[in-house]
Formats: sequence, C-alpha cells, structure tokens
Amino acid sequence: MTDLASSAPQRIDWSDAELRKRLARRHSGDKWLKFAGIAALAISFSMLGILVLSLVSNGFAAFTQTHLKLEFEISADRVSAEDPAAGNYRAIVRDAMLGLFPEVTSRADQREIANIPSNGAQYILRDRVVADPALIGTRVTLSVPVSDPYDQLAKGLVDRKTPEANRRVNDQEIAWFDRLEEKGLVSKPLNTGLITNADSRFPELAGLRGAILGSFYALLVCFLISFPVGIAAAIYLEEFAPKNKLTDTVEININNLAAVPSVVFGLLALAVFIGWFGLPRSAPLVGGMTLALMTLPTIIIATRAAVKAVPPSIREAALGIGASKHQVVFGHVLPLAMPGILTGTIIGLAQALGETAPLLLIGMNAFITQAPGGILDSSTALPTQIFIWADSPERGFVSRTSAAICVLLVFLILMNALAVVLRKRFERRW
Amino acid sequence: MNKTITAEAQIASNIVSAKISARKVNVFYGDTHAIKDVSIEILDRSVTAFIGPSGCGKSTFLRCLNRMNDTIDICRVEGTIELDGHDIYDASVDPVQLRARVGMVFQKPNPFPKSIYDNIAYGPKIHGLAQSKADLDGIVESALRRAALWEEVKDRLAAPGTGLSGGQQQRLCIARAIATAPEVLLMDEPCSALDPIATAQVEELIDELRKSYSVVIVTHSMQQAARVSQKTAFFHLGLMLEYDDTSKIFTNPDHEKTQAYITGRFG
Ligand SMILES: Nc1ncnc2c1ncn2[C@@H]1O[C@H](COP(=O)(O)OP(=O)(O)O)[C@@H](O)[C@H]1O
Ligand SMILES: [Mg+2]
Repeated sequence: MTDLASSAPQRIDWSDAELRKRLARRHSGDKWLKFAGIAALAISFSMLGILVLSLVSNGFAAFTQTHLKLEFEISADRVSAEDPAAGNYRAIVRDAMLGLFPEVTSRADQREIANIPSNGAQYILRDRVVADPALIGTRVTLSVPVSDPYDQLAKGLVDRKTPEANRRVNDQEIAWFDRLEEKGLVSKPLNTGLITNADSRFPELAGLRGAILGSFYALLVCFLISFPVGIAAAIYLEEFAPKNKLTDTVEININNLAAVPSVVFGLLALAVFIGWFGLPRSAPLVGGMTLALMTLPTIIIATRAAVKAVPPSIREAALGIGASKHQVVFGHVLPLAMPGILTGTIIGLAQALGETAPLLLIGMNAFITQAPGGILDSSTALPTQIFIWADSPERGFVSRTSAAICVLLVFLILMNALAVVLRKRFERRW
Repeated sequence: MNKTITAEAQIASNIVSAKISARKVNVFYGDTHAIKDVSIEILDRSVTAFIGPSGCGKSTFLRCLNRMNDTIDICRVEGTIELDGHDIYDASVDPVQLRARVGMVFQKPNPFPKSIYDNIAYGPKIHGLAQSKADLDGIVESALRRAALWEEVKDRLAAPGTGLSGGQQQRLCIARAIATAPEVLLMDEPCSALDPIATAQVEELIDELRKSYSVVIVTHSMQQAARVSQKTAFFHLGLMLEYDDTSKIFTNPDHEKTQAYITGRFG
C-alpha cells in the first residue's frame, strides 16, 4: 500500500496565488468576449436603425399626396355622349380652376393656375366619365392630385423665406394656393397611388404597381426554374452522384457560381437569352431567368446542407425495410430536409428581389407607364424602379425613392417572415 | 467435443436447419480488410449471437446478410452468402426485396418521424403486401402485437412514433421490421441504448420471435448473449474465431481468446 501512495499523483493546491491569477485571467477573457459580442450587436442594430430611420423620415412625405377637391362641369359640348373618351377634359379642369379665381384675367396667370392640379387630373376625370357616361351634362366633384411643386408646398418642403427666385413656386402662386387651402379644398390623404399607379413622368402620379408586378413575375419565373432544378441537382449530387473527380469539379463550380458578381449574370443573360434566343428585352421572363441563374447555387447549397443534416439513421431505417433509393429520398429525406430547403429558397429569392445590376443590363430599367400583364410584357422591377426614381430630377421623386425602398424592405421582411412561418409549420408536424 | 449437450441445444439441433450459410466471406472498406474468410451456418428458428470486441467486424458481417453494405460506396464483399440455398449476392437478387425478407433492427431506435401506424405500414405499403386498408390495419395490429407493443399504443396509433419512450421506440422498430413478414431478423446491438427494464422486454420479445424467425443479434453483453441465444459466434479482428452452441461457448470455449473475452479479460 505504501508504494501505491507514493506513486499517487501530487495534490494540486488550488488556492495557490499563481493558479488564482490564471483563473481570474480566464474569467476576464470570458467577460471581454461577451462584451465584444454585445458591442458588435449594438453597432449593427444602430446601423440598421439609422438606415430605417433615414428612409422612413425621407420617404414619409411620399406616404401622403396632396389632393384638391374640385367641381367639374361635364358640359355636353366638351364631351360627346357617343365617345366620352375623346372629350376635352383638359379644358374642363382648366375651367374648374379658373372658376375659383374669377378675378385673374391675364393669360399667363390663368395658365399658371391651370397648372396647379396635376397633369393627370384630366385623365382621372376622363376615366370617371367613361365609366359612367350618365355624368355628361352634370357637375362632378372629384379629388385630384396637385402637381409636384404645390405638393411640396403643401407638405412644408418649400421654405417660404427663401428668395423668390430660388423657389419653384413664386409668391403669387403661393398666394393662390393659400386661398385654395383657406377654402378647405386641399387635403392630404394616404398616397395609395404609390402602390396602385404605374410609373409616370409626374412624381405626383408615379407609383410602384408596374415595379411590384414586374418583380412578382420575375420572382415567379425565378422560383419555377430554380426551385425544381436546384433541388434535383442537389439531390443528385448528394444521393446519387458517384464520388469522383467530375463530381468534385461540379461541386466546386457550383460554389464558385454563388460567388460570381451579379452583373456578370446580366451580361450572360443579355448575350444568351436576348441575343441568341431572341427573348424580349425588359421582360420579367428574362429577368426571372437571369435571377434563377443566381438563385440556383444558393438553393443547391441550402438543399445539400439540409439533406446532409437528415440523420443517417432515418436513411438506414428506410433502406433496412427495403425502400428503394428514390423512396428513401422522396419519402424520408426530402420531407425532413424541406424546412431547410424552403428557408434557403426564400433567402435566395429575397436576394433576387433586391438584385439590381443584372436587371439593368437586360433593360428592366425602361420607362414604362403600364403595369405588365404577363411575363412577356416590358416592365421594371422594384430595385430598378428605385434606381430610375433616384436618377430623376423632379423634387417629388426624392421622397418617392425612399418610400419605394421602404416598400422593397417591407416585401423583404414579409418574405423572411414567410420563411420563418414555413419552417415552423413543417417542423411542427412532429 | 461431444460432452454434455444441454437439452435445449439438442432440441435446437434436431428441429432447425441452416437458414443462411456463408462461405469464405471477405469484406473490404477500401483497403481495410474488415472481414476475413468467415464461414458460418445460421440456423432457422433460433437466435444466433455475434460477440466480440469493438471494431472486430460484427456489424459489418451482419450488414452483409441483408446487403446493407451495398449502400456504402467503398465497401466490397467477396465469397458467397446463401439464403435458403440461393446466393443473395447473385445478380438476379434485388437487394430491395431481400431486405423485406431479411429485416434489420439498429442500435439506436430510429422510428420515422411519422405516426406509429405509418411507421409499421410503410414497409408493407412499399412492398405491396396489403390489398386493402383493412388488410393493412390487420398487418399493423399483428406486427404491434408480436412486438408486445399493441396494448401500449393501440389508442394512439396516430401519435408520432418519435414520441414514445426509448424501449417502446425500439419495439416499434422491431414491429416495423417484422411487418414485412421477414424470414430472418438482424439486430445490431438492439438494447445498447435501452434501460434494463426495456432491455428485459426486448429480450423477452426476441425469445418469442425465435419461434417464427431466424434471429441474429449482435451484442456486447455476455449475459444477454447467454440468455437469448442458442448459437454464439465470437469475432476477433475480422476473423470468426469460434462458432458453437451458446452453452458451449460460455462454459467451455475451444479458443483461449474466447475464454479471455467472455471472462472480461479484454474487450
Ligand atoms: N463505413 C465504413 N467505412 C470504412 N470502414 C468501416 C466502415 N464501417 C466499419 N468500418 C471498419 O470496419 C471494421 C469493423 O467495424 P464494425 O463492423 O463496425 O465493428 P463492430 O460492429 O464489431 O464494432 C472497423 O475497423 C471499422 O473501422
Ligand atoms: Mg457495431
């Protein structure tokens, strides 16, 4: 027993000063790590906060639109009952405005007054009358948007103290507009036109309908191509491909593909889809195909990771009772991998939604005043619309650009929320 | 050799015949020679235990018997393995069908993340063993009854199989394996993840299954091998050193390594 005692390891004195110091150092290391983590989070959240705050404060003005309530006289000599669409609505709007300022007689002043309502007012009135020809010969009260300078004025974005020469509205015009406000004709309702109107040369009429639909169609095409192809490719690589040099090369290149700058895909699409296949420029079909090229690697990588994460015991269980390879894959592996696949897919689509460069190259930044009716119609997409508006000189587009970015962000948040919901839904099954 | 043969072994040798016979089986994982020249006759309606230290190739050999090794790319099997006199590695044999005839239960209970009912019904469904829903219900019930699980789960067949306790899950896996009416049941350490009570239940079940199947069980527990099996094979470094009646192996083994292993001197 004695020799066992002597060979026993030496007791460590844990109260030793050196050891205590070492322990203290380790604890302070933990603290620093925690602190650094919190600091990093705080920085990224404040960045995000600043971004969102500046967008919302800039875009806020575009969430409302100044309207003018006017009474229009749809006289039969201006609009014929046979062809109400061809009527002289411009004159009707002008008359309605001048009726409010009977004392103004100079032609130049009259022209200025006629310019207070938006140029689109005549078309709004026309659509109203075409929809209901019984209005001909009656008086119609309608709220129409005012043109951009007066919209800015009403929202307080024009400083009345700046010298008249540097202002977009002169003192006389301000006086007229103030009279309209005194009469209670001016209102600032929620700017639904931002979502329901297509693009326009006039900021007060410009909306995102075309861009939203364009993005929707492009993403639809992108999803229909990249989802099945991506899953098929990933399943093949993960479950069926022989382990050889060729497979390795394919794998490496898929990873490389994910890192290719998006503008390159745009050039490729321009050359192949538009150049060789002769598909129409600016069409969501081509946009979607281009985005699919970029989304594909994301989906393949996500699917492979999700498939890899399916426990081998499930595969063995299925194989062990005689399931064939495809039964294992479709009956067991894919359902279990689906939450991961969907998450990857939606993240890929969200990336595609924000992608600008390749769409610029295939012409989805054209000026198109009509929302697309299908995947072959010319259209813009949300990011390219933002690009176009950011590039427009009219003051009204400044706030609209920010508002459009907010709309894009809302869609991105909705998509990510959908990813979370779908993942939860599929997981909750068991 | 022919000393006192126990009554049980005598009965066994009288009524049973070889179900599986393997001759000169060699298995390679790439360059690793995992099984070396193993020949064995596995009897029908009896329990055969594979024992031996970790890494000696018990699982590898077991997985040869239902061609589960086919699913490992680098695995190569040589020699012949016959089930009822037909070579299972013959080109005419479909491993998918073979696995319905030679069922397998794994170390860790691995029910599908589906309902208890669907776990059992899956095998019969893919092999087309049930003509109608009523048929399938019958198969599910009888499999669960034979796995001694019916009474515990009959009221919650739609509940997920993964929600059962470990022992219940393993019995569910056994029920799933016997639902395809196999002739041979392979079990790779089926009790190593179970507590003693669940282990006792599964052992009881194995003893019951012996009446209809040829059962091959890999186990690390000497007591378990002694309790449930009639024949025992001792593996060591890829070789099968000894194969004999369980009673003989545990009382009077021929090989000194077997002696050392069963007395716990290595392993
Ligand atoms: N999938 C595999 N790939 C490569 N080598 C393997 C694989 N499975 C088992 N082996 C090797 O084969 C030998 C036998 O393993 P195994 O049959 O699992 O032993 P046991 O079940 O007796 O513990 C071990 O040396 C192990 O490393
Ligand atoms: Mg093993």
